[in-house]
Amino acid sequence: MLREALTGSRIRERRIMAGQKQADLANVIGISASYLNLIEHNRRRIGGKLLLNIAAALGVEPTALTEGAEAALIGTLREAAVDAGLSGPEVGRADEFAGRFPGWADVLANTQRRIATLERTIETLTDRLAHDPHLAASMHELLTTAAAIRSTASILADTKTLEPEWRDRFHINIDQDSRRLADSAQALVGYLEADPETTPAASSPQEEVEAFLAAHRFQFAVLEQAGHDETAIEALAQAAPELKSVAARHIARTVLQQVAVDADALPIARLAEVMESLGRDPMALAQQLHQPVGRVLRRMAAMPDLGAGLLVCDRSGTVIFRKSIEGFVVPRFGAGCPLWPLFAVLGNPGVVVKERLAQLGRSHAEFDCIAACEVQSAHSYNAQPLVQSVMLILPAQGLAAGPRLDVGATCRVCPRDHCPARREPSILNDGV
Amino acid sequence: MAKHVVLVEDETNIAEAIRFLLGREGWRVETLANGATAVDVIRKARPDLVMLDVMLPGKSGFEILKELRADPGFADLPILMLTARGQARDREMAEGAGVSRFMTKPFSNAEMLEAVQSLTTATPTPS
Repeated sequence: MLREALTGSRIRERRIMAGQKQADLANVIGISASYLNLIEHNRRRIGGKLLLNIAAALGVEPTALTEGAEAALIGTLREAAVDAGLSGPEVGRADEFAGRFPGWADVLANTQRRIATLERTIETLTDRLAHDPHLAASMHELLTTAAAIRSTASILADTKTLEPEWRDRFHINIDQDSRRLADSAQALVGYLEADPETTPAASSPQEEVEAFLAAHRFQFAVLEQAGHDETAIEALAQAAPELKSVAARHIARTVLQQVAVDADALPIARLAEVMESLGRDPMALAQQLHQPVGRVLRRMAAMPDLGAGLLVCDRSGTVIFRKSIEGFVVPRFGAGCPLWPLFAVLGNPGVVVKERLAQLGRSHAEFDCIAACEVQSAHSYNAQPLVQSVMLILPAQGLAAGPRLDVGATCRVCPRDHCPARREPSILNDGV
Repeated sequence: MAKHVVLVEDETNIAEAIRFLLGREGWRVETLANGATAVDVIRKARPDLVMLDVMLPGKSGFEILKELRADPGFADLPILMLTARGQARDREMAEGAGVSRFMTKPFSNAEMLEAVQSLTTATPTPS
């Protein structure tokens, strides 16, 4: 099983820093000193209300006690270990390594991430040679012109008695073709040189888009006021330093168009007003406002006070939009956990799923996830509809009334036992 | 009577060089710069040899090749394909579609003449 290290150690560290005795802290939070001792030595799992209470008593953010960013670090270290063919028990000691040698762990994790990025770049470049239509057309042009020159030149060189008319004709042809060859060779070099700037290898288009949206705090006042204004959208996309690639600008435009349509139909101010009386219940809000649930979810994600995350996937299950939230990990590459409500609603337009859930093996932070699947407007008659799933991820308030759904991030780093949805063995368990 | 070749090639300077080279060998060369009408022209002309580029305006060399081979009257017609896209996939496609010979640009004149020579002496020409 995943070792629940560090949270306990951190509590101990913080308590000692605060100069508090174990018994005193235990007393404040209403547990026995021996139980706190077990927690501090990482012998008992801790989460939920107890963790919040300890954090409050120590005067720190709960996330400072849970693994938080460290969870991602440990996940990356485990991947590095597995990629390097390290044995099972050693892989399990990633958290220990991260705890004892944080600097070295960072170096290793950064290297691992860099490898993933580079692998992706190589994939893109390999793809490009095979599928870039501009490159293929350029090469075709070069080869064709070279063929004409070669054939004509060798006629001129090899034919001893060439009539003057033909000779003049061929000279003109060679002259034309050699210019064309020079031009197309230059154009090709220009294309190849310019390209690294337009498609930087450092991040994926999706990440560029998320960086862009985060820089705007997922809010666009100009669109809230102007509504669906293509000029404003274009101006936003063009002015964004985060959007480096053509693909990222394309995705960003699509996102902004959606924001504009949503803002037109349901201004944030209106939603906030109704939320005053109805609370943060997307279903009730949607009914009251006569709006589709999907739109209410997207709008709620844009309200900074809620601190919510949002995921949108298309009919293929590909996550096409993400607003990250701490404690809920969405894998950078590859597919997410099939148990997410996001995917559960994919085939069920009209059904709204609400689950209290936690991602296993991470900080155990709990979330209320509300997901709905929307049918995209039809573009032609008799066509199968395209759909999109939207899932709002709200940080949980209070204890769950019903059962909690334990999900993962992605199978490779998920410790869940006997999971019916498992695609591949986890690198956290013995199944390495 | 002079042997007759239909050359479907949209690059005029390549077509001109081939016209010169084959003309000197005693061929009557009919050139077409567009793929769309090529099959009709070839059906009517019943040439001794067809030379086809792959990337053509109107209709691709592969389509022309398939349509010709689908007609039993042209099952044995020697067809030489010239292409700048020398990838293995193109060659396989052309061979699958029944091409007689496949040459990649840029080719040498001697190589091209040798291919024409061997195609038109080894295969019986349709009457």
